[in-house]
Amino acid sequence: MPGNVWVVAEHWRGQVSEITYELLALGRELADGLGVRLDAVLLGHQAKDLAQTLAADTVLYGDDPALAEPTAEAHSKALAALVSERQPAAVLLPLSNVTGDVAGLLPAELDAPLVTSCRDVRVTDGRLEAVCLLYGGKMDATVAAGAGAALLGVLPGVRSADKGRADAAPQIEDVAVSVPAERRVQFGKYVEPEAGDVDITQQEVLIAVGRGIANEDNVELAQELATALGGAVCGSRPVIDQGWLSMSRQVGKSGAIVKPKVYIAAGISGAPEHVEGMKASDLIIAINTDADAPIFNVAHYGIVDDCLDVLPAVLDAVAARKG
Amino acid sequence: MKILAVLKMVPDVVEELEIGEDGKSLDLEFLRLIVNERDEHALEEALLLKEQHGGTVTAVALDAPDIDDVLFTALAKGADRAVKITDAGESLSTRAAAALLAKALPAVPDLMPVDLVLLGCSATDDLDGQSAAVLAHALGLPYVGVVSQVQADAGRLRVMKEFPGGVLGEFETTVLAVIGVQAAEKPPRYVPVAKVRAAMKSGGIDEVAADGPADVAPLEVLQMTKPEASGQAEMLEGSPEELAAKVGELLTERGML
Repeated sequence: MPGNVWVVAEHWRGQVSEITYELLALGRELADGLGVRLDAVLLGHQAKDLAQTLAADTVLYGDDPALAEPTAEAHSKALAALVSERQPAAVLLPLSNVTGDVAGLLPAELDAPLVTSCRDVRVTDGRLEAVCLLYGGKMDATVAAGAGAALLGVLPGVRSADKGRADAAPQIEDVAVSVPAERRVQFGKYVEPEAGDVDITQQEVLIAVGRGIANEDNVELAQELATALGGAVCGSRPVIDQGWLSMSRQVGKSGAIVKPKVYIAAGISGAPEHVEGMKASDLIIAINTDADAPIFNVAHYGIVDDCLDVLPAVLDAVAARKG
Repeated sequence: MKILAVLKMVPDVVEELEIGEDGKSLDLEFLRLIVNERDEHALEEALLLKEQHGGTVTAVALDAPDIDDVLFTALAKGADRAVKITDAGESLSTRAAAALLAKALPAVPDLMPVDLVLLGCSATDDLDGQSAAVLAHALGLPYVGVVSQVQADAGRLRVMKEFPGGVLGEFETTVLAVIGVQAAEKPPRYVPVAKVRAAMKSGGIDEVAADGPADVAPLEVLQMTKPEASGQAEMLEGSPEELAAKVGELLTERGML
């Protein structure tokens, strides 16, 4: 009899993360496919109330002061002990900045691989298969889960979160957790981002620049277009890392999740970390020299060209239309 | 501080990637490798810490095509020593490479223990794990990943870890930890080719043979494919002016103009 499918329930600052519900929606499909039950594993401190919204057959709740914050070592050791004891068929781990370290350490604790960057998981002939996004989103690798508990690191957006939210309170089982006596890594505090001059989540038009913008001076080009359209400039990781835009302008995993009416992605390849922050935009126009750039997989309109040639022309066209 | 920066090579995803004849892996023939961008940030953070606190930076890498250039570049940037682990085998998975490295490091003369190990928290070719976390566990050291600031003070490390929405989380640990770097506090420094050449002439790379293959089975890859477009992007063609006119139309349709 195979074990259950587990979803590690991510919560942060008193809230269950959206990705938890997405993974529960996926977990339900897998549990049905395997003919087993779906459990959510909720580890925390004085966080039992959070179990109410989780659409699982059972929520395994473990409480310890060491689990109050997302310190990966305590969480991964507690999880490893539970996995060893109960032998689930699969453990779905959210690949977010909150739980990503746990996804890194748990497999090491169990001396098992992590099937990482899963953008989908399915049951084929009674076996779990994961589709993993590799090379910045340019390739899919379909991987067969091996014997034993399959540890699956799952990207955001794998399913709609709606199906992962409980209509009725789930059954909750208190479980004993073992955490290390010594806390080698200690959580201090959260530091809020410095308020930027604009809130990019509130813009109707965003001109987003990536590595293809080539240098800091060219960011001005995007800024001019944004100004002409009454929007703002934002960017992907490489542009923020270079210091060409402030962190408050970052779209993606560590930055903002945006849903503007128009998102023009200029010189952005479309790595999964960026795409998760902008794919819900109403209209996405992508400009990139690389026809294989994964940004074209989420864009509504694509232009294979140098953004440094196209942006000035768009600026002229906008000026002409505005008269 | 004695700092170890671990570097690895990954496919350059800006280049066109082709699937190999087995249908399960990349075609290596025309593959261009570059140093993992996050590792480059880890090296930069190591050099910044050395500038603040003194000490040494050792750059370590498993043997790979073009790795000598990467290690000489690290020396030119300010690393004090470069170590190449040879006989590691080819096309190691992330988990196998980390396991092999964990076995090899203690055998490198005059290297361990160090105060801090820095490497990228992720790489675009990770399929079976995260290098930094696996390495930390194998070395028995504390781990924090997705870090974008590292401060050292009186035997403690204070690191800032990125959370969603631009929030940072402050964590403290003892020195002698592995930190998975997301970004350095400054962009990785540029080093002119002349300086790299000078490093090639003056400094050598220490070569140390790996202590046998890593005992780690790879995942069973059934197939590798290019992702299908989910949004079915309509591709626009023409001169920049023609393209701009079409973008103008789209913006007008959406009421933005």
